[in-house]
Amino acid sequence: MTLSLAHFLALGAILFTLSVVGIFLNRRNIIVMLMSIELMLLAVNMNFIAFSHFLGDAAGQIFVFFIMTVAAAESAIGLAILVVLFRKLDTVDAQELDSLKG
Amino acid sequence: MSALTALFYVFAAMTVFGALRVITSNNPVHSALYLVLTFASAAAIWMLLKAEFLAIVLVLVYVGAVMVLFLFVVMMLDVNMDSGGRGFWRSSVAVFVGIAVALELAAVLFLHFKGASIADAPALPADYDNTKALGALLYTEYVYPFELAAVVLLVAIVAAIALTLRRRKDVRYSDPSKAVRTRAADRLRVVSMAPVPRSGSAPDAPATDATDGGPAK
Amino acid sequence: MKTAYLLAAFAPLIGSIVAGLFGRQVGRAGAHWVTIAGVAISFAASLWTLFDVLGGNTFEGALYTWSVLNDLTIEVGFLIDPLTATMMCVVTSVSLMVHIYTIGYMADDPGYQRFFSYISLFTFSMMMLVMANNFMQLFFGWEAVGLVSYLLIGFWYTRPTAIYANLKAFLVNRVGDFGFVLGIGLVVAYFGSLDYGEVFAAAPELADEQLGLWGSTQWSLLTVTCICLFIGAMGKSAQFPLHVWLPDSMEGPTPISALIHAATMVTAGIFMVARMSPLFELSETALSFIMVIGAITALFMGFLGIVQNDIKRVVAYSTLSQLGYMTVALAASAYSVAIFHLMTHAFFKALLFLGAGSVIIGMHHDQDMRNMGGLRRFMPVTWITFLIGSLALIGTPFFSGFYSKDMIIEAVRYSEIPGAGFGYFAVLAGVFVTALYTFRMYFMVFHGESRWGRAQHDHDHDHDASHDDAGHHGLGPNDKPHESPRVVTVPLVLLAIASVVSGAIAIGPMLFGDFFANSIVVAESHGAMATLAEHWHGWVDLGMHALKTWPFWLALAGVVTAWFLYIAQPGIPASIASAFAPVYRLLDNKYYLDRLNEILFAGGARLLGRGLWRGGDQTIIDGLIVNGSARLTGWFSGVLRLAQTGHLNTYAITMIIGVALLMLFVILPLL
Repeated sequence: MTLSLAHFLALGAILFTLSVVGIFLNRRNIIVMLMSIELMLLAVNMNFIAFSHFLGDAAGQIFVFFIMTVAAAESAIGLAILVVLFRKLDTVDAQELDSLKG
Repeated sequence: MSALTALFYVFAAMTVFGALRVITSNNPVHSALYLVLTFASAAAIWMLLKAEFLAIVLVLVYVGAVMVLFLFVVMMLDVNMDSGGRGFWRSSVAVFVGIAVALELAAVLFLHFKGASIADAPALPADYDNTKALGALLYTEYVYPFELAAVVLLVAIVAAIALTLRRRKDVRYSDPSKAVRTRAADRLRVVSMAPVPRSGSAPDAPATDATDGGPAK
Repeated sequence: MKTAYLLAAFAPLIGSIVAGLFGRQVGRAGAHWVTIAGVAISFAASLWTLFDVLGGNTFEGALYTWSVLNDLTIEVGFLIDPLTATMMCVVTSVSLMVHIYTIGYMADDPGYQRFFSYISLFTFSMMMLVMANNFMQLFFGWEAVGLVSYLLIGFWYTRPTAIYANLKAFLVNRVGDFGFVLGIGLVVAYFGSLDYGEVFAAAPELADEQLGLWGSTQWSLLTVTCICLFIGAMGKSAQFPLHVWLPDSMEGPTPISALIHAATMVTAGIFMVARMSPLFELSETALSFIMVIGAITALFMGFLGIVQNDIKRVVAYSTLSQLGYMTVALAASAYSVAIFHLMTHAFFKALLFLGAGSVIIGMHHDQDMRNMGGLRRFMPVTWITFLIGSLALIGTPFFSGFYSKDMIIEAVRYSEIPGAGFGYFAVLAGVFVTALYTFRMYFMVFHGESRWGRAQHDHDHDHDASHDDAGHHGLGPNDKPHESPRVVTVPLVLLAIASVVSGAIAIGPMLFGDFFANSIVVAESHGAMATLAEHWHGWVDLGMHALKTWPFWLALAGVVTAWFLYIAQPGIPASIASAFAPVYRLLDNKYYLDRLNEILFAGGARLLGRGLWRGGDQTIIDGLIVNGSARLTGWFSGVLRLAQTGHLNTYAITMIIGVALLMLFVILPLL
């Protein structure tokens, strides 16, 4: 079939799903969880670019610009936290973080 | 099938494959590298959508900076690989939810967005410069968010440093601001003493006695 | 409003306040002078009022309006008529005698000022009661005398027996007051007023009014009201079965036994019924009820007096018995006779109590009659006055008690209400019993051999000796009893004079003149008084006539029997006691009424309390509601806690599942 908006959106959806499943699966490794978050953001960006192209509106691409900025900042801080956490617990296993257990 | 469509399928397949391998790898280094593949393929797709500036930025920023950072951290933390073992299929709930979400999204998308063919996308002028167009928009209409984004980045820098900064415990150092603020009176105390005449020999006690040292620094 | 009325009522109150609140500042002498001054002024004012009333000046009016609730006015006021004036004189005269006597009796007691304050306060309360012109003030006085009685019975409050006794008195009084309040409530509800005048005026109209109680039974309103009011009198005047507090009230010092539990407080009930005669005359059922209760009290309390070993207890049971006589007289519609006997009894019973107190002082606070004997040689004044009091009590002709008691017996004889036959039998038999226990007491104390050398101190709860348990009480082998000081003997002499002459002087005008004409109402159908009036020929004639009547010979028989059993053949009482052991045990245990109260009412109340505490408070309120709700909250939060795993993943998963569900809800309509 001819390439349509739906294809790009489906791709974004699949990426998003994969990242969600990735969070489910990767309890043992926070780093991979952070990577899944990056995937999520990529999926959203994909949607924005696709719509921007099909609607002829550059605002979508501007938004992707900002999303990327924020994602970069967030992954930096997230990794910094991870490093500090690792210094304390000597592991990146998310199962070990249970001091909030009620 | 046109060339565009074929290219799209190729790059899309690589993206999905990469994403899948990100989440299913045992080795976090492998996950990071597969994520690089995913991003690269996504960049290619964006180029198909005539968003070349962002595609390059994706490669430069994400792959070049963020993924490098990830790799730094992964390698620095020396994660115990054995504990990383987990089965993809063990978490049936996860799979089920994932499939459910995927199906939902697909259903909506294909039901409602089938019609918009890429050929029907608004045509762009011949001398369309994506970078220039984005720049024109960014520095006029969206300049305020632009500045805020800069602040966000600043905050990220400061936060990352503040979180991970370690001080050496065994080093004694003086606080320079304190050193600059000291006054003579804090270091020196002048005590006046009356001379004590001694019979015979000349008085050798000076009129004032300057004592050295004073309160500890 | 004459000054005399205000002085009579409030002078004792001022004395009480000064002695009570400023006792330390005024000192012991100051306390007794100020209270005696107060009561003396009150007595003088009461005498003046009596003469004023005899001259025909009655008074009825309000002093102060306390509150007005819709149509009900509650005020402080006085009703001064012959009945009130009589009571005022009786109360203040006996109170004055007791005040003077107390100087000697309580001379070495640390609570000297407190005692004077209390007895003055009592005098004030009693005056408010008798001078009242409305039910609320009557009730105030009623409760106030109950309170002061409680304070005085438990005067030596460190003694457990005293505390037991004063609580008992207060609680039993409370039971009576419950009925009293119901009666007053009925009065307010149906008569719409608390004022005596308005209620008495409205009474004949409501004579046929019916009251629905307990479903379908219809009772006459006035019967119910009168019985309820009389229940109050039963508590205050110690009628059977609410008499149990009076013997225990002997725990208090002897002066108050004389003042409160012989002459004044216990007569408040009698006075109240006499005052309410317009109401009581309209209900024959109530009068029959009163007759039966009074007759039972008169006879059976007399029996108990025969087996007592404590001198004060004998006089206490004698008081109970005589109160029964007064009650019987009220029931026979002979209200004036009841008041007359109230007056004479006040004098000779106070005399007997104070005389017993004098004996107790002489015996160094030993009250057991078995340790006495032959005291007439050592305490002559006490002996003679005691003898006079005893003769008055048993109804010796020409003494005051004779006139009043005889009139009661005759009135009951002529009464025709149901129960009068039993009443007549009871009061007649009671004459023998009275003489027996009175002269048993007299012979044991003043005649015979002196037994204090071989003193026995049994420690059953009947016997109560001195107020310093640590010290030696009773006479040692080398001590001799001595006559009491003048402050003690002078009141005895004065009361003895009153016991002799007051009967002969007062009987004519009080009973058969129109002294009580407007105070007491007697219905036509209750003709006992009228019949008595027909047979009245003056006091001398009545005295001479006595030799032909049963009471005289019964009393004489009682005296002779007492002499025989306790002087001639002292060994016989013990053998009678062992021969009739069950009867003796019954009497010794006061018909087991105290045990009944202890087990049934006190035990029942404790059981109820414990049940409510364990079942209600601990189980239901604490366990179920308070702790139960806490435990429920804890359990519920324990369940909720399971959601707080602390794992990042769980939270993320939960969120994602939530998103998936939301998407489902959004997408389904679109499909």
